Amino acid sequence: MSQDPTPAPTSAPKPAPAAPARPAAETPSAVSHGAHAEASNRIQLGWSNRLLARPEIGALVAAIILFIFFLAVAPAFRSVDSLMTVLYQSSTIGIVAVAVGLLMIGGEFDLSAGVLVYSAGLLNAMFSYQLGVNLWVGAVLALVFALSIGWLNGYMVMRTGIPSFLITLGSFFILQGANLGVTKLVTGSVSTPNINQMDGYDSLNAIFAHTFSIGGASLNITVLWWLLFVGLAHWMLTRTRIGNWLYAVGGNAPSARAVGVPVTRVKIGLFMGVAFLAWFTGMHTLYNYNTLQASNGIGNEFLYIVAAVVGGTLLTGGYGNAIGVAIGAFIFGMTSLCIVYAGWDNNWFKAFLGVMLLLAVVVNLYVKNLSTLRKVG
Amino acid sequence: MNQSRFRKVVTAVAVATSATMVLAACSGGGAEKTDDTTGDSGGGGGDSGYTIAMITHETPGDTFWDKIKAGAQQAAKDTGATLKYSNDPDPAKQATLIQNAIDSKVDGIATTLATPDALAGSVKAAGTAGIPTVAFNSGIDQYLETGALMYFGSDENLAGATAGERITADGGKHPLCVIQAAGSVALEARCAGVKSKVAGTENIQVNGADDAAVVSAIQAKLAADSSIDYIVTLGAPIALNALKSMEQAGSKAKLVTFDLNAEAAQQIKDGKIQFSIDQQPYVQGYLAVTALYLNVKNGNDMGGGKPVLTGPSFVDPKNIDVILPFTKNNTR
Repeated sequence: MSQDPTPAPTSAPKPAPAAPARPAAETPSAVSHGAHAEASNRIQLGWSNRLLARPEIGALVAAIILFIFFLAVAPAFRSVDSLMTVLYQSSTIGIVAVAVGLLMIGGEFDLSAGVLVYSAGLLNAMFSYQLGVNLWVGAVLALVFALSIGWLNGYMVMRTGIPSFLITLGSFFILQGANLGVTKLVTGSVSTPNINQMDGYDSLNAIFAHTFSIGGASLNITVLWWLLFVGLAHWMLTRTRIGNWLYAVGGNAPSARAVGVPVTRVKIGLFMGVAFLAWFTGMHTLYNYNTLQASNGIGNEFLYIVAAVVGGTLLTGGYGNAIGVAIGAFIFGMTSLCIVYAGWDNNWFKAFLGVMLLLAVVVNLYVKNLSTLRKVG
Repeated sequence: MNQSRFRKVVTAVAVATSATMVLAACSGGGAEKTDDTTGDSGGGGGDSGYTIAMITHETPGDTFWDKIKAGAQQAAKDTGATLKYSNDPDPAKQATLIQNAIDSKVDGIATTLATPDALAGSVKAAGTAGIPTVAFNSGIDQYLETGALMYFGSDENLAGATAGERITADGGKHPLCVIQAAGSVALEARCAGVKSKVAGTENIQVNGADDAAVVSAIQAKLAADSSIDYIVTLGAPIALNALKSMEQAGSKAKLVTFDLNAEAAQQIKDGKIQFSIDQQPYVQGYLAVTALYLNVKNGNDMGGGKPVLTGPSFVDPKNIDVILPFTKNNTR
């Protein structure tokens, strides 16, 4: 599919899922006319087929089904307040998941993201508190730190050719240990001191953790940030050259390189994107909760990946989109809280969650298969 | 990176550093400048030459275990012993760690017995090898069977019941007991203790490793059930999360917690947390090591065949002023 990345910018929102479509494209008269006759060479799909070809459609169907289901079984879910809480929970996973989704479209994987969220927050809190400097200084320092971890992850993957799973597993352990070790060393305890009396707290809190009151319900600003990041990622994927590069790099890196895509820079950029949003979430966590425990964040890296996969991103790269990942995060947020709203036995929490997620993946897969089958026929 | 770019980076770093200096001068609320750290009045024991192994089921990074370790280290210092601390939440690996201690011929072993059945074999092996073993923190009902000589800790069920009694006395009818680690026997026992005194107690499980998830889950529960009048958290960091949930849900429930840290102690002083049930982890670590020292050196036996209880100890507005400074030293 990556032999022809050149004629992309004309219209078609998504260049990626071309692979299954190609046999259909070649059978009608197109071959004899050559590649330049773009109108006749492009297959026209009906609206239903075009809809089904979108990666997020399976997740959307699952989300709607679950939403209706929970509205039916959990009366407490039927309020604006509850929806806001669900959106908040989704956003705390969803922000990093957007970048993780892009990274996975680019064919890579990051296990260090969950811990990096807390590394950034811990660094900010401890640096500013111990030296008594303005929190903004610590925040910027934490950003530089996070970005360099992201850069290092990407650089190591590209330089050594070792799978990103292993490289980021390494950084996961290093960060996990360093979070604990450094925090203990600096504060004498394994949690950071409260920073809400320090200079810069108010402005940072307003940016990262402000709570709006909308008609009696409270909405955390992370939800707006989340929507913004999803929008940006979607725009980047569908409307920019970088978006095309991402799909090309994830689909087939060697041939992307052969047509002049800067594969190394794209992939390192993707890792740094994950690091940036991990830092962002770390800032939210710090300024929303004021103190952090050094052991936290472990396990969240999987939630980001789960959100991306449920949202239609392929683990193998080259396929997926940002809106799907956002829906994936929403499914997670909704499921985890609606079990509480429904008042189900807590001991089954994880089991329910697993079933819901599997169901979402299966629906997603089913709809995707359906769309590819119908396209051929 | 070429020369000029490198120079730019250096300049940027220099500017940032000087900005830091300037801001440092005018920022409040940070660490207090102290001329010396806390008064560790120099350990009086000299070097007794004993080596004591402490093996726990700690999952690294919990403020609670940090205090146990701090207590054990101070005790080792005071008795002039060498402390070898190791931990693993996996029972099989903890058993291996005990075996390691036996193999390295330590003078005494202090271990937690969160999973008595899995560890009984190793504790017996220590006895066979002539190494005295004491249990602490968990295993109050089984420590004698496993061959451990003494026990230092709290009775989780009793602690929960004590909290439950006080909630009933204050008129609580429907407490929500928040379990932050799924499948923990000790945490379940605490909630069961509360329930034994307040029949309307309900449990909820949350993901203790993610602050946002804890807050959202408790908030969701409060929204789903407005009759909840008490929240019982089983760890100090979770109590702080619960406060956030209550604030966001506009809940009028009262908050009660187990264990302490500096931040939670401050909230007790401010009246946001009603009281804490403290099992004094620092004391558990301290006593376990000291008791081994006395046993090896002097043949002492503490508790007279009965467990030595380090809790439940109440921390509430009445005694918080005394306790608050100690929480800041990580000893309470």
